Amino acid sequence: MSSEQTGIRPPRVPLYNDPRVRSVIYQLALAAIIVFLVYGATTNAIDHLQRAHIASGFGFWNETAGFNISQSLIPFSSTISTYGTAFWVGLLNTLLVAALGIVLATILGFIVGISRLSKNWLVSRVASGYVETIRNIPLLLQLLFWYNGVLKALPELRNSYSIADAIYLNNRGFYVPEPIARPGFGWVELVFVVGIVASVAFYFWARRRQMQTGQRAPVLWVTLGLVIALPFIVLLLAGVPIHFESPQAGRFNISGGIEVVPEFAALLFGLSIYTAAFIAEVVRAGIMAVSQGQAEAAYSLGIKPGPTLRLIVVPQAMRVIIPPLSSQYLNLIKNSSLAVAIGYPDLVQIFTGTVLNQTGQAVEVVAITMAVYLTISLVTSGLMNLYNQRMALVER
Amino acid sequence: MKKLAALFAFALLLAAQGASAQTLKAVKDRGMLNCGSNGTLAGFGLPDAQGNWTGLDVDFCRAVAAAVLGDAKKVKFAPLTAKDRFTALQSGEVDVLARNTTWTSSRDTTLGLNFTGVDYYDGQGFMVRKALKVNSALELNGASVCVQQGTTTELNLADYFRSHNMQLKTVTFATANEAVKAYDAGRCDSYTTDASGLYAERLRLGNPADHIILPEIISKEPLGPAVRHGDDQWFDVVKWVLFAMMDGEELDLTQKNIDQQMSSTNPKIKRFVGTEGNYGEQLGLPKDWAVQIIKQVGNYGEVFERNVGQGSPLKIDRGLNRLWTKGGIQYAPPIR
Repeated sequence: MSSEQTGIRPPRVPLYNDPRVRSVIYQLALAAIIVFLVYGATTNAIDHLQRAHIASGFGFWNETAGFNISQSLIPFSSTISTYGTAFWVGLLNTLLVAALGIVLATILGFIVGISRLSKNWLVSRVASGYVETIRNIPLLLQLLFWYNGVLKALPELRNSYSIADAIYLNNRGFYVPEPIARPGFGWVELVFVVGIVASVAFYFWARRRQMQTGQRAPVLWVTLGLVIALPFIVLLLAGVPIHFESPQAGRFNISGGIEVVPEFAALLFGLSIYTAAFIAEVVRAGIMAVSQGQAEAAYSLGIKPGPTLRLIVVPQAMRVIIPPLSSQYLNLIKNSSLAVAIGYPDLVQIFTGTVLNQTGQAVEVVAITMAVYLTISLVTSGLMNLYNQRMALVER
Repeated sequence: MKKLAALFAFALLLAAQGASAQTLKAVKDRGMLNCGSNGTLAGFGLPDAQGNWTGLDVDFCRAVAAAVLGDAKKVKFAPLTAKDRFTALQSGEVDVLARNTTWTSSRDTTLGLNFTGVDYYDGQGFMVRKALKVNSALELNGASVCVQQGTTTELNLADYFRSHNMQLKTVTFATANEAVKAYDAGRCDSYTTDASGLYAERLRLGNPADHIILPEIISKEPLGPAVRHGDDQWFDVVKWVLFAMMDGEELDLTQKNIDQQMSSTNPKIKRFVGTEGNYGEQLGLPKDWAVQIIKQVGNYGEVFERNVGQGSPLKIDRGLNRLWTKGGIQYAPPIR
C-alpha cells in the first residue's frame, strides 16, 4: 500500500521482508484469528446450549405464535400465524414509526432551525426554548410523558370527543372513517398517476427553460393542480365513488374505520419532537456555515428573503447539513426500540420480548434483531451517502 | 445496551460454566444464595419500605438458604421481569428462580431448566371496573385487555377468546407495573394475570373498591421454583426444601414449637428434625436442615398465611393450596 503512494519500485528484499507480503500475511493471520474466535464461540455456545438442554436453531420460526398483537400492518392471528409472521409484523411496525418519524422530525426540525435564526425576537426565542428544553430531557421520560400524560388527559370511551359520529378521539385511540373504493374509483387513480407524471415532466421542462431564458415557471402551483386538483375534479365528475366505513362505538371499543392506537401516537410524537430538536440545531449550524455575503449578494440583486433562503442559502447549507442529519435519522430509527416502555408492538417489543420469552432462544432472537437494526441503519446511511454525493460541491 | 451486555455475559457464562455446574458447592463457597424473584408483586416478591424483601417466593428462597447455609438472611434477591427471568437462570446469574413462574411442558424441556415443585396452585383471571357492569369473562367480547409480556397469561388470553369466538384487543406491556398503570388509566377494559396477582395488583390501584375480579379461572397456573437443568444434586435440594415446608405443616411443626419438638418421640418428627437417620447428609446438607427451615422461615402454612393469606392484606383463601389432609391438593412425599 505504501509502495503505491511512493510510486517507486522498492529495492529487492527477501520475501519475508517485503512490506507488501508482510502486510498480506499479517492481515491473513488476523482474519484467521477472528474467524477462529467466531467459530470457536459459536460452536462452544451451540455445544453448551445442547448440554444445558436449551433449544437452539431456527426451527421456532415456523411454529404457531399463539399470542395477539395490538397493531399489525399485515394479517396476524394468534391461531395460525407463526413466530416468523410476528417478526415481520414487528419489523413493519418499526419501519412505519421510523419512516413517519423521520418525515415529521425533518419538517419540524427545519422549521425550528430556521426560526431560531429569525430576526423576529419572539419566534427565535420560542425556537431556542424548544430546542434547549426538548434535547435536554431523556427521550424515555418524554415518551412516558406523551403516553401517560396524554392518555390520562383524554376522555373515556363513553365520553369520546366525536365529530358527526364519524371521527372519535378517546383514551383508546383516534378513529377516522376508512375510505373504501367503489367501482369507478380507478379513473381517479389513473388521473392521479397521470398528474404525477405530467408534473415531473413539467418540472424538467421548466428547469430547462429557466436555464435557457431565465424565466421562472410556477412549478408549485402547476404540480398542486395536476396532482391534487385534477384528480379531485375527476372524483366529483365520477360521482364520488368512495364509500366511507365509519367507526362504530360498541360496548367496549370502537370498531371499524382506521384506528390509531395511543402507543403508536405517543411513540411517533415523542420520537419526532425529540429528534426535531437535534435536527433544528443541525440546520441552524448548516445555515450559519453559509457565508453572510451569499445572502447579502442575493439581496443586492433584488431577490426577496424567501427565495434567497430557498434558492441560495439552503442548497449550500445542505452540504453541511446532510452528514449530521443522517446520524439523527439513524438515532431516530434506533430510538424507536424504546417502544418497549410504552407497549407499542415494534420489533424489539414483539421479537426480543414475547417471542424470545416464549421460545427461550435468546441467542438466536437477539442476533436476528441486531442484524435487522444493522441492516436498516446501513441502508439508511447508504441512501443518505448517495444523496450527500449528489449534493456535494462539485469541484471543477 | 443492557440487553447487549446481558447477552454478552450470557455467552461468556455459557462458555465458562458448562452444564454440570456444582451449584450446591458454589452456593456454600459463596456463603450466599442468589435468588431470582419478582420485585413488584405483593404477596410473592416485593421489597417493603425498609428494603426488606417479602413474599411467598421470597420466603421460599430464604428457606433454601436456611437449609443450605443455616441462615435465612444469606440471600441476595435479584428482581426480574417476566421476560428476563429464564435468561437470568440459564446464565447462572441466579441459583434459584422463584418468581411466580408457571410450570409448563415447553418451559420444562426447551429452556434448560427444571421445575422443582408447585408452591402455589393458581389460575388466570380477569379484573374489570365495576362501572362496566360485567359479571363474567364471557361478556368481554370486543374488550381491550392489558397483559404482561412473556407470560403464559398472554397465550391463555388469546386461546380463551378464540375458543369462545370473542373479539379481543390485546395491549401488551413489558412489565406488570406498566400493564396495571395502563389499565388504571383506562387504556384497557380489563387486566389479566394469575388470580393471586389480580388480588395483589388491585390493592395498588387508585381505588381498589372500584374494581372486581371476575369469577372465571381460565387456566391452570401451577407456580413453582425452577433450577438449571443438569445439576441433579441441586435439583434435589431445592425440591426437598419445598417438601420439608409442607411436611412440617403436616406434622404441625411451627416456628413457635419446633424447639420443643426437637425432643419428640414421634418417629416422623424425629426423622424430620434429624434426631433419627441421616436424611440431611443424603441431600448434602447439615443434619438440622429441615429444623432451620421451620425455625427461621416457618412451615408452608405459616408462610402462606403471612404473605398471601389471612395475615396479609391480600386475604386470599387457601383453596387448592390447603394440604391434602385438609381438602387441598398440596401433598409432599415423606422424609424417610
